[in-house]
Amino acid sequence: MHEWALAEAIIYTVTEIAEREGFREILSVNVKVGELQQVDLETIKFALTQLKRGKLEKAEFKVETVKAKLKCRICGEIWDFDKDKLDEEVAEAIHFVPEVAHSFIKCPKCSAQDFEFMEGRRMYIESVGGIR
Amino acid sequence: MFDPRITVLEHRLSQVNNIFAVSSGKGGVGKSVIASVLALILARKGFKVGLMDLDFTSPSTHLILGVKDIFPKEKEGIVPPTVYGIKFMSIVYFSKDKALSLRGQDFSDSFLEILAITRWGNLDYLILDMPPGINDATLDVVRFMKRVKFIIVTTPSLLSFSTVKKLLDSLHTSKVEVLGIIENMKIENSSSIREHVKGTRFLGEIPFDPQLEKCFGEVRELLSTEISRKLEKIVDKIIYQNV
Ligand SMILES: Nc1ncnc2c1ncn2[C@@H]1O[C@H](COP(=O)(O)OP(=O)(O)OP(=O)(O)O)[C@@H](O)[C@H]1O
Ligand SMILES: [Mg+2]
Ligand SMILES: [Zn+2]
Repeated sequence: MHEWALAEAIIYTVTEIAEREGFREILSVNVKVGELQQVDLETIKFALTQLKRGKLEKAEFKVETVKAKLKCRICGEIWDFDKDKLDEEVAEAIHFVPEVAHSFIKCPKCSAQDFEFMEGRRMYIESVGGIR
Repeated sequence: MFDPRITVLEHRLSQVNNIFAVSSGKGGVGKSVIASVLALILARKGFKVGLMDLDFTSPSTHLILGVKDIFPKEKEGIVPPTVYGIKFMSIVYFSKDKALSLRGQDFSDSFLEILAITRWGNLDYLILDMPPGINDATLDVVRFMKRVKFIIVTTPSLLSFSTVKKLLDSLHTSKVEVLGIIENMKIENSSSIREHVKGTRFLGEIPFDPQLEKCFGEVRELLSTEISRKLEKIVDKIIYQNV
């Protein structure tokens, strides 16, 4: 499961933030994941609880999906990502590397593949809370 | 907003001892051929080798090596499949050889994503096949892989060499180590770049071989070409005399 790799990335980053910003203990971490990544939330949360150590021992992780919106650079159309319209292999490829959506998804209005991800692409750590 | 991929990237490469980027200011000079054969030669010498195709728009190392119908194993990330002794990573696993045009940020995002989830494990050498020119890939490699060393490819053409000089300047400004310059596609009586190379090591010449394309996908044949023999000498120069 590549959710474990993502969870590990979160742990490394929060550990670094804790050091840099002088936290003694981290109590809460808010993570957003883009819908395009189609991350399994239960798996990633489980991985996070298994991997947390040291200053992160008591941290509660909140992981939420952000809906993916795409915008055509040619005609301006904005549309929602719909996983169910893709075949399984394509959905899996996008799950690993969301940008390959440019190989498979077209603007529903003008068929261009020159679109941008307005939101719901990336995973990021929104906030970190704890005791300094 | 913190991007966890950037932190994890370093950890993913922590057991990789050397990273070599095969690059050029120009397209079509033989970067992909050289990167592929370089990886094969190092693997044949018994080193642990990885090859990553960073030409997301026009990946070609899988065609040179004849890699098909494989997909990385998913294990706490993705583990690159081993082909001919090389851990091989390419966007074709995901783009399925369909057209993929990526603008700047999209390139960087794919680059970070792949490197954040790829488990190379322990490698002596990771070879990067770079897209032509000084572009997103060059900038990202320099920015995110601080230990990278560049191998620059040119043809005997002065036009090609003039773009290489710009690339050298920009690498120099970014304080990136350059291992040297390879002159590819030498034909008899063609003028030599060697005498124009100043301040950078000239690693050697590789002849033009009209039969080369017949060897694509045939690794044993690829390794018995004159190109490989010349490249092997260059490899020895890089790895044994550079310590
Ligand atoms: N020494 C050589 N002798 C004969 N043909 C060669 C030699 N080196 C490369 N070629 C041929 O030149 C073409 C370009 O090679 P290659 O794809 O490796 O270049 P590249 O620099 O990676 O190109 P790009 O900039 O498009 O990535 C290919 O068709 C390849 O077979
Ligand atoms: Mg190439
Ligand atoms: Zn459109």
